[in-house]
Amino acid sequence: MDSKLTLLWPEITLFITTCVVMILGQSKHKDSRNLAPWLCAIGLVASGLFAWLGRDISAASSVFVDHPWLGKLIKGASIPSTTLLPNLPYYGKMIVAAVGLVMLPMMAGSADGDLEASAGHGKPWDALRSTRGEFYSFFLFSLSGLMLCSSANDLIFLFLALELTSLPTYVMVALSTSRNRSMEAGVKYFFLGALGAAVFLYGFTLIYGAAGSTHFDAIARIFAAQIANGGLNQLALLGIVLALLGMCFKIAAVPMHFYTPDVYQGASASVAGFLAFVPKAAGFFAIMLLCSLVGWGFGDNHQHLPDALRTMLWVLAALTMTVGNVLAIMQNSVKRMLAYSSIAHSGYMLVGIVAGPGPDGAPFSRNGLAAVLFYLGSYAVMTLGAFAVLASLQRKNANGKMEEADDIDDLRGLALTRPLLGWTMVLSAMGLLGLPPLLGFLGKVPLFTSGIGAGEVPLVIVLGINSAIAAYYYLRLAYVCFIEQPETLPSAPKVELSEFFKARRMTGVLSMAAVVGLALSAGYLADMAQLGATYQPVHTFHPPATPEPAADEAAPAASNAEPLPG
Amino acid sequence: METNSVLQQYGDFIQQIIFTLPPGVLIPLFFAFLIAITKGTNAKRIRLLALIGTVIPVLWFILIAIQFRWTGGIGDQYIGVSSWFDQIGLKFSFAADSVSMLLVGLTVLLGPICVLASTTAITERLKTYYCWLLILQGAMTGVFIARDIILFYTFFEFTLVPLYILINLFGSSPANRKAAATKFFLYTFTGSVIALAGLLYVAWQHKTASLHNAWSFDMGVLASTAHKMTFTEQCWVFWALLAGFAIKVPLFPVHTWLPQAHTEAPTAGSVILAGVLLKLGTYGIFKFVLGFCPAACTFYAPTLAVLSIIGIVYAGLICWVQTDVKKLVAYSSVSHLGYCVLGLFALNAVGISGSILYMINHGLSTGALFLLIGMVYERYHTRSLKELGGLARIMPIWASFMVFFTMASVGLPGLNGFVSELFCTLGAFQAGGVSFDHGVKLLPGATWGTLGPWYAVAAGTGVIITAMYLLYMLGIIVWGPLNVPGGHGHGHAHDAAHDSHAKLPTDLCAREIGLLLPLAALCLILGLFPGPILRTLEDPADNVARFIQTHGRDRLQKDDPRLTPANDAENAGAPIRPPIIHGPSSEGRSARPSTLRTTTPPTTPAPKSDASPKPEGSH
Repeated sequence: MDSKLTLLWPEITLFITTCVVMILGQSKHKDSRNLAPWLCAIGLVASGLFAWLGRDISAASSVFVDHPWLGKLIKGASIPSTTLLPNLPYYGKMIVAAVGLVMLPMMAGSADGDLEASAGHGKPWDALRSTRGEFYSFFLFSLSGLMLCSSANDLIFLFLALELTSLPTYVMVALSTSRNRSMEAGVKYFFLGALGAAVFLYGFTLIYGAAGSTHFDAIARIFAAQIANGGLNQLALLGIVLALLGMCFKIAAVPMHFYTPDVYQGASASVAGFLAFVPKAAGFFAIMLLCSLVGWGFGDNHQHLPDALRTMLWVLAALTMTVGNVLAIMQNSVKRMLAYSSIAHSGYMLVGIVAGPGPDGAPFSRNGLAAVLFYLGSYAVMTLGAFAVLASLQRKNANGKMEEADDIDDLRGLALTRPLLGWTMVLSAMGLLGLPPLLGFLGKVPLFTSGIGAGEVPLVIVLGINSAIAAYYYLRLAYVCFIEQPETLPSAPKVELSEFFKARRMTGVLSMAAVVGLALSAGYLADMAQLGATYQPVHTFHPPATPEPAADEAAPAASNAEPLPG
Repeated sequence: METNSVLQQYGDFIQQIIFTLPPGVLIPLFFAFLIAITKGTNAKRIRLLALIGTVIPVLWFILIAIQFRWTGGIGDQYIGVSSWFDQIGLKFSFAADSVSMLLVGLTVLLGPICVLASTTAITERLKTYYCWLLILQGAMTGVFIARDIILFYTFFEFTLVPLYILINLFGSSPANRKAAATKFFLYTFTGSVIALAGLLYVAWQHKTASLHNAWSFDMGVLASTAHKMTFTEQCWVFWALLAGFAIKVPLFPVHTWLPQAHTEAPTAGSVILAGVLLKLGTYGIFKFVLGFCPAACTFYAPTLAVLSIIGIVYAGLICWVQTDVKKLVAYSSVSHLGYCVLGLFALNAVGISGSILYMINHGLSTGALFLLIGMVYERYHTRSLKELGGLARIMPIWASFMVFFTMASVGLPGLNGFVSELFCTLGAFQAGGVSFDHGVKLLPGATWGTLGPWYAVAAGTGVIITAMYLLYMLGIIVWGPLNVPGGHGHGHAHDAAHDSHAKLPTDLCAREIGLLLPLAALCLILGLFPGPILRTLEDPADNVARFIQTHGRDRLQKDDPRLTPANDAENAGAPIRPPIIHGPSSEGRSARPSTLRTTTPPTTPAPKSDASPKPEGSH
């Protein structure tokens, strides 16, 4: 129990911060409410530090290990939660903390922007109407849920973590602007989210029914025994298929992607940027964990998922990227375009899942899971840059009210009028397009190589064609920012900087710094991703010396006796 | 003593920084960044920064050129490799052999010339203009020194964006420039994406063929295994790579973007386009097409030669009917680059070294012609042969330069164009009848799988056509009856709308003469003393020719000379592996009677027998 707690230090830190932020949010004083984002930053830095220190006991320097209490902490934190993907938590938590920090400045003015704006114009500050404390604590709740997702080792744990990730986002979408549209988006997101949750919960129950346990290690062992004795239980397969379908909602993949553009457009750009990373990361962590239950030991060369899952994910990946890219071409709203691009990128990452981790000791270029983890981080910083630019701009709409810039024409000549924002947009778009040598390209190469290594050449060709289709709309974004002249017609809506542009621009600057920094030191991130994607198939951690209790009985009921590993 | 060792350390440090290749890329990029962050629009400061950013690379190049060992068969020098994304085999890897060095030299030389040539032509959005001009400089230098194919491709691709912007924003006619820029971008982008697919295929086959099953994108490493691909694979890779490089050259059927892009581009853009960018295509063919698929090259050499000859003749005839001088010179580029490709696909040392020399010479003379046309255009705002004529009377200095560079372009003996044109044609001539004796000769001299005298004859007609259209142009614009817009004989632009140019004198000013003089001097030197430069090209050209003999001709000969791609597919199950040669030394290859390299340039001594042959590009 003790070790379990120390493993959760990053989440605990975040949770404590969340509580403090929430209590401070009730204060009547504006100043103490204004502390909220700073506290969030401190909490994120601290939890990221904990995650980093615990990432690998052998990599931590002896100075820390020998330290009287810090060493104990590290040693405790290095105990893996699940033996299937033992290092996923460290990478997951680190990347969540880092991306959370990048995201944080963008959230300025999201919660009570109108209130602050009116207070700035001489109106009295109404503490009761301010939702800042709630907003930031939801932000942190969601991030800690995401961290928990990566360290889940139990179906119920995973379900709760996923819900902790999602529930706050529903509220954040609804709170994000004062327009009715965000209410609509929030409600839509909530109902479809609930549907998605129902689907994967149903899948979880079927998995439990087939395995008789909720613990991942136990499930994996029972599945392995079933496979050794004539094949996987059909119920288990159905359960995993349903669970993956439910996850498609989280990652915005094809059968469950319909909500994405509407919700992104309805939410403020800051929250849309949040949605582009957080649920997607949660979904991919969960997909990796669920797939590791049956493992990538099937097929001719024992490097594939079971045929049913492989075919399903193959088709989903191809459909997702194609649908996302083709529909993105038709959009004039930048938020919708980025929403479809987010769909397409989920499709790219599914290629890595299909490719799987490869044989034991496979290099990074063959490890599809590492490619997914690498791409997740790169995609997050690139897309956040684009959303930060949108969040920093506003325009007057037809009713004379200010609203966030969204139309692609709002970006005309941005690189001329506001070079920093313009260049951020251009770099983000080019990065998302995957132009060498930018980060997006470096992220895509491992997806290509792992796909080829796994023998999924047709899927890789689909990926290549999609990258070419995507060039159309990303180049259009860059073109509008860079080549077109700023709108001079009086009828055109005047685009100006948002009141919170200073803080929001910070996200853009940070993400660009991350894009350049990571592109130059891609090897380091790749090493971390490789570590995070360490996959131990069942047979390696369960020596054959211990006979399977359920080895000769395919009936799941008998496996209830399976002891849970401590 | 103490100070000495400190000085020594500093000296070593500076040595380590300067005598490497990345500064050639980084200095222009750094100055582009400086220009971008400069406050205000002080034209003088921006131009000065741009000038410094292009002059420093020239000095840098002179320094490294002095230390460079041009002859002796050393191959790649200044090798610098640093880790980047080792997990998938990506590295920052730079090196230069003498071919790269010559082309880098051409690039950095044209840099300050382009900056100075834009002084009066560009008056708006200076920051954008010079910024992209410098980025273009850096990217072009990078293409020639990159030794990692992804890095190469990055630079190759990144030359597109700056030129696209230069044409789109600074082109001469606001109505057409957008279309021209878009056409340019779409053509070259599509081609280079297909070329990337080919390059990646080569990397993949290397991965599957290598023992460690690891990815590598290093050119030398790839070249050591690429030629082992089956013949069918080579054909696919050959055409994929050509899709990218032939569009860039541009070769006959895909040349249509070039005249439009040239007509619309600003003067400096045209100079760079003709001077360096087109050479990216021929350099790519030299480096990758010949280096990666020697058997396919042997097989398709006649096809490519026919395409080049059609280009030479057809583009030459088009030139003859042009009224726009700039378009005329642009089409003449298509025609001239045909010789380049013909020389490369002669697949012998003479043709290849002639072709590389042609790259340099064409850059010098055509670049200068575009400069001269730009100078007239700045004064009279027209390039039409109907509105310009007899400029020798009012612009004698301009006219002298014009005649000089046109003669260099025609290939007058004594000037640079002659030597390279001769070598390309000679290479094609000698290529015939030496490689196969299978009795499949179609025409006397023209052998299946190689070129021959007939190709040289056909290409030779191009020389006459070149002389015709260029002299026709000179006859009107220099010696014809005096005809300038805005009145006869007055000689300056009266158009009130363009009074910003009114300060230009009738004839060339000192700045303009200064731009042309170094080019003229080089044309003359290379024309009169081509020996040294040919000697430096001897080793790389010879290596490639021998490489193709071993892995192309001999291999096809062993297989079945009349092998077609169709029935090779049946044999693909048991591909004939040529003798695998690892490393630079190989007794078998030197001992092989390589009939193709019997011819040596008349101006150079015989190739040193001790120069160890090695596959092109391997370190």
